[in-house]
Amino acid sequence: MSSQSHMDENSVVIQMKDIVKKFGDFTANDHINLTVHKGEVHAILGENGAGKSTLMNVLYGLYRPTSGQIFINGQETHLNSPKHAIEMGIGMVHQHFMLIQPFTVTDNIILGVEPTKGLVVDEKLARSKVLELSERYGMSVDPDAKIQDISVGMQQRVEILKVLYRGAQVLILDEPTASLTPQEIDELMEIIRNLTADGKSVILITHKLKEIKACSDYCTIIRQGKYIQTVKVADVSENDLAAMMVGRDVSFKVDKKDQEPGDVVLEVKDLHAKDYRGVEILKGLNLNVRAGEIVGLAGVDGNGQTELVEILTGLKKAESGEVHMHGKDIFNKTPSEIFNAGLSSIPADRQKHGLVLDFSVEDNLIVQHFEEAPYSLKGMLDRKAIRDHATDLIDHFDVRPRGSELRPAGTLSGGNQQKVIIAREVTNDKELLIAVNPTRGLDVGAIEFVHKYIVEQRNKGRAVLLVSFELDEIMSLSDRIDVIFDGQITGEVPGKNADEKELGFMMAGGKKE
Amino acid sequence: MKKKSILESSVLYTILAILIGFLIGAIFLAIAGISPATAYGKLFSSIFGKPKYLVWTLIYASPVIFTGLSVAFSFRTGVFNIGAEGQYIVGALTATVLGILVDVPAIIHVPLCIIGAAAAGCCWSLIVGIMKVKRGIHEVLSFIMFNWIAFYLSNYVVNTKIIHKEGGGEASKDVLASARILFPESIRKVLDCNSANWGFILAVIIAVIMYIIIEKTTLGYRLKAVGFNRNAAEYAGINADASILTALGISGALAGLGGAVQILGMGGRLAQLASQEGFGFEGITVALIGGSNPLGCIFAGIFYGAMKYGGSKLTMIKAPAEVVNIIMGCVIIFIAISSVFRELFLKLAPKKDGKEGK
Repeated sequence: MSSQSHMDENSVVIQMKDIVKKFGDFTANDHINLTVHKGEVHAILGENGAGKSTLMNVLYGLYRPTSGQIFINGQETHLNSPKHAIEMGIGMVHQHFMLIQPFTVTDNIILGVEPTKGLVVDEKLARSKVLELSERYGMSVDPDAKIQDISVGMQQRVEILKVLYRGAQVLILDEPTASLTPQEIDELMEIIRNLTADGKSVILITHKLKEIKACSDYCTIIRQGKYIQTVKVADVSENDLAAMMVGRDVSFKVDKKDQEPGDVVLEVKDLHAKDYRGVEILKGLNLNVRAGEIVGLAGVDGNGQTELVEILTGLKKAESGEVHMHGKDIFNKTPSEIFNAGLSSIPADRQKHGLVLDFSVEDNLIVQHFEEAPYSLKGMLDRKAIRDHATDLIDHFDVRPRGSELRPAGTLSGGNQQKVIIAREVTNDKELLIAVNPTRGLDVGAIEFVHKYIVEQRNKGRAVLLVSFELDEIMSLSDRIDVIFDGQITGEVPGKNADEKELGFMMAGGKKE
Repeated sequence: MKKKSILESSVLYTILAILIGFLIGAIFLAIAGISPATAYGKLFSSIFGKPKYLVWTLIYASPVIFTGLSVAFSFRTGVFNIGAEGQYIVGALTATVLGILVDVPAIIHVPLCIIGAAAAGCCWSLIVGIMKVKRGIHEVLSFIMFNWIAFYLSNYVVNTKIIHKEGGGEASKDVLASARILFPESIRKVLDCNSANWGFILAVIIAVIMYIIIEKTTLGYRLKAVGFNRNAAEYAGINADASILTALGISGALAGLGGAVQILGMGGRLAQLASQEGFGFEGITVALIGGSNPLGCIFAGIFYGAMKYGGSKLTMIKAPAEVVNIIMGCVIIFIAISSVFRELFLKLAPKKDGKEGK
């Protein structure tokens, strides 16, 4: 795309050589090399815990490498703080934005490096500088809007502008598309192209192979802390990238046989609810899920899906409406009543709702059943039964590391924490499974695994409600896709051959013709 | 599984903290112009000098083991019982009133007083728990206020006509002999200690029961789950409010037992309080030294009992008994920051750690 001068050694802006970073006994980066040229988009690909973030934190001056060298514009540099990295022209946009909500866009961008006139901030100059930057790279932002009032996509543009304002030549984008809509992702790709056309370099950390294919020139693959290789993206397929990342072939196709759905399991009628501010967020929502089908709920964050799930799982009370599970009334019941009525769920926030992080893995696996045989008898826990149960599930669901029955759940990686939850939720024989962003932050191998088990639930005749911000996930798993917009289901399309553009249009409030 | 290095053991850091506490206490003694060697010599000879001193240590330890258990139990279940002081007072008060006014044989009288005291502590704590669960009032705030309510209630009752001892100074009448938990006279004679009682043995039994409840039962599992992560516990179908009330009730009952043991064992009557006696707050210290482990509380309680008893003798060499409080305060600080030492030591011994790893 924009790196015709790749062979020109003078154009190397970042070179990381044999970077090793150890934390105690653990080697997070084991001799990793990375070379980034001027005007290039360089993707870093690796599974969760492969060491991508560690490498980037070394480059951003947060960690000092145990050994290895970093050259910036050909000069060896010992970065000792993010401030130093910024001075050297390296900027980082974190996955979780670091913006001050009640401040304006301009205030956030200039924070810490305000232009001054005498003793006061020169607001006028700041505003015009921000506008100039945003126009140069085609990033539309309202410099006077407050962060709390603007969309996630615009917040991200503010973060990018913040970095550019500080004179960054190399931008590190950490999982930049995690919470964007398809349209916003397209816009981001355009921004990245504008940046590289202007001679900036972009380092893109992502799990999403499609995006790597769409906008990267080179891709460096890291596996278990080790450098695997750097490839020219144009020469490889998505499947090749995935195989290099996990070290084996990965199937993207979700194996799903056709099957007729059965009776209605979950029925939601005319549901009204307010959000925490007291604003009506669900405005007469209707939804049903039948046995043996996966219904995907597609929507942009903030249209009521969070509240819907909280009501269905008993964490939040609705104003009015009806919710039935297999004819049983579960409207505004407590979580334990709903659980006993037949719900299992993979919660959106696995650390808040899914796991007791200080409990061992084996204790987490029985959290819903600890009062039942064989795990306890007359109020006394049966440690052997609990251990055997855990060993079985750890084996079957490939929770790593093996033998982690007694480890606190909080010490597992995100993907393995999710496996623990899935092991628990899919083995408890409930009629309805609600899965919320079940693969958020997981790598390709783990995603494949999670998808396999969700489809298996459907094939066993259970009803599955899938809520996800990943449109790809919704499209590949769902039998039916309901679009939620502004607190209502505004459209439904069959899952088979669903069109991404059409869905994106509907998610943005467009009506299906 | 990784074998635990001795450098990671919390017992090591507790002992280290105790040593540092003594060291800093020595500095203060030196500043006050008292030879630390003399003072500490006196402290140790007052604890270990004679068998009967050791018996006294256990007598002093009994109530603080109970309040320690109370606080430790609350720590393990995610609430902070800073109200053990008040629960201790209502426990002591209940034991006193029942001990004076009810005249039944010992076989009924003793359990009645003990269970009554536990129930009083339990209720005192539950009121605070209900305010927390139903109205969202933070327990620390109401516990502290309830400590003072208990304090003044106790003084009021002690001064009522039927409880107050005529011409006997600022205290209640003596509880009836049938309510006392003293050892039989022959054993007391052998031990050369007139106040030797069953309190310590009861404390050890209760500590073991608490250990089993926390570690081995579904009740303990449920309370801990709510304590560690209320959201996840609720999500899994556990009734969090009920669990919090259960935890606070049990914690309060334990502190109430401490009050009963003190009255029925050592004291025999309840004095009008000039200020809070501090058994409940000492319980926080005991729980911290004991690592919030019920069995750890036994040892921590004995340590505290020894320091209290030995400290009371320091005035004989004109050293202030408060030096004991300085030592205990330092011990707590160093236990609180022991993770810093742990990091430091593990860093200083990387080779050894590397070999033991895996």
